[in-house]
Amino acid sequence: MPITLEKIPGQEERVILSMGPQHPSTHGVLRLVLELDGETVVRGLYDIGYLHTGFEKSFEALTYSQGITLTDRMDYLAPLSNNLGFCLAIEKLLNLEIPPKAQWVRVLLTELTRIQSHLVWLGTHALELGAMSPFLYTFREREEILNIFELVSGQRMMTSYFRVGGLALEPPLDWLRRVGKFMKGFPRCLEEYEGLLTKNPIWMKRTISVGAISAEDALALSLSGPSLRASGVKWDVRKAEPYSSYEKFDFDIPTRPEGDVYARYLVRMEEIHESIKIVNQATQGMPEGPVKANAPHIVLPERESMKTSIEALIYHFKIVTEGFHPPVGEVYQSIESPRGELGFYIVSDGSPKPFRCHVRAPSFANLQTLIKMIEGRLLADVVACIASLDTVLGEIDR
Amino acid sequence: MSLPLDANPVLRRLREFDPQAIEDAREFRGEITLFIPVARLRSVCEFLRDAADLQFKYLSDLTAVDLYPSELRFEVVYHLLALEPYQRLRLKVRLPGDNPRIDSVVPVWPGANAFEREVFDLFGIQFEGHPFLRRIMLPEEWEGHPLRKDYPTTGYR
Repeated sequence: MPITLEKIPGQEERVILSMGPQHPSTHGVLRLVLELDGETVVRGLYDIGYLHTGFEKSFEALTYSQGITLTDRMDYLAPLSNNLGFCLAIEKLLNLEIPPKAQWVRVLLTELTRIQSHLVWLGTHALELGAMSPFLYTFREREEILNIFELVSGQRMMTSYFRVGGLALEPPLDWLRRVGKFMKGFPRCLEEYEGLLTKNPIWMKRTISVGAISAEDALALSLSGPSLRASGVKWDVRKAEPYSSYEKFDFDIPTRPEGDVYARYLVRMEEIHESIKIVNQATQGMPEGPVKANAPHIVLPERESMKTSIEALIYHFKIVTEGFHPPVGEVYQSIESPRGELGFYIVSDGSPKPFRCHVRAPSFANLQTLIKMIEGRLLADVVACIASLDTVLGEIDR
Repeated sequence: MSLPLDANPVLRRLREFDPQAIEDAREFRGEITLFIPVARLRSVCEFLRDAADLQFKYLSDLTAVDLYPSELRFEVVYHLLALEPYQRLRLKVRLPGDNPRIDSVVPVWPGANAFEREVFDLFGIQFEGHPFLRRIMLPEEWEGHPLRKDYPTTGYR
């Protein structure tokens, strides 16, 4: 039996509505149980787990490098952010220094991922509130970014491009020109979306003062990311604990005081502008040098050196058949994913496989605020609130 | 225990508050882990949240580790965050393998709700005082707790 709302004794019977898991506006297989008084939501609870695949158990059966492929599939709208979080956690465990070029490429690609993820959010958010055209436009631009990912890693979505110690391979020669070309045209597209929505009276009526949440409530409920910043808390992991040389980039953290759906919209739109700034800085100042750390017992050797050097061949054999042995210990590494604080907690017992790998998925924590947002609001506002939280069910259920 | 760790202000403040609050303290890669006795968890958490100079108002993460077959078998792990001044802290509570129970921290940080349900579901640890302790990932009628080490990754249970 799926979970449902228990009847409160002595209270008159109301309609219990089961919304989802197969509902077009729940962003995946999210199920909500809502108690309705007319069209007003009195109580609500959410039911998740429909996509549970036991990733955290699977991590324990795979070597560290193999685990990277699982991270792609958790938050499938931001695979590179997940790759980055997992690799950084392992590198922290190993105390491994990454060459500057690899760090900059990582920053550039994760910011493109943020833009791409926010474009999906914007398109679907507008679609669910009845605006069809932004969806078609945002997916057009998103395709361009996915083409860049394909150019660099060979895959549009399940990239697995960041590896322990750097990148899987050197990016192709011409790729920065492609990025630059896209970035030249993209700000005009962004103006186009903002022109369609920001001052649109229907959009404003559906979003302003809907699903408002205060900063105290948001912090108490472990909300993070753009949704938290829309409640007026200026916290971004990229600024607070810079990783992968984010401290070298000049960008702002947009915040809004209102905490409603419209504020979350404005914050994410501002974030896209900030990401454009970061991508442009990364394109212009890209350092030269290797893209893999000098750690032969961890990073796979070049194909060419395997044919000429016996050490390289031995290391290759050891890494592929056995994996590398990190020291005994535990680390927690968090990054700012498009949805909020994405944390990886890894416990190592010294073997080539993680003893325990826990993922602090931002959507999993953020979803808790949904019930607070929708209680006392109209059923139609529930859709706006779900969309404004930008949850990804693959990451929630893991 | 090394000297710099003992000089840490969080440890000092916590020892002032309750001399028995810390069983053990460790540092690895700049991250501080404090082991808290199970009976003192709630009061320590409330202190860390409310003390004016600490302000651990944000629960980043809550999870567990199964150390099977050694005893005490479970570790419940709390990752706390203070925004002002900015710092992170990890708390750990050791629990026995037989009937593991611990106080819920939902009254301290409401955001612990879903995390504790997940640990209950996948590890079988009971959180006393949790408002809605039901399975969250798996169906209600599921048998066993998959993240325990004696639960196989493949094949029949």
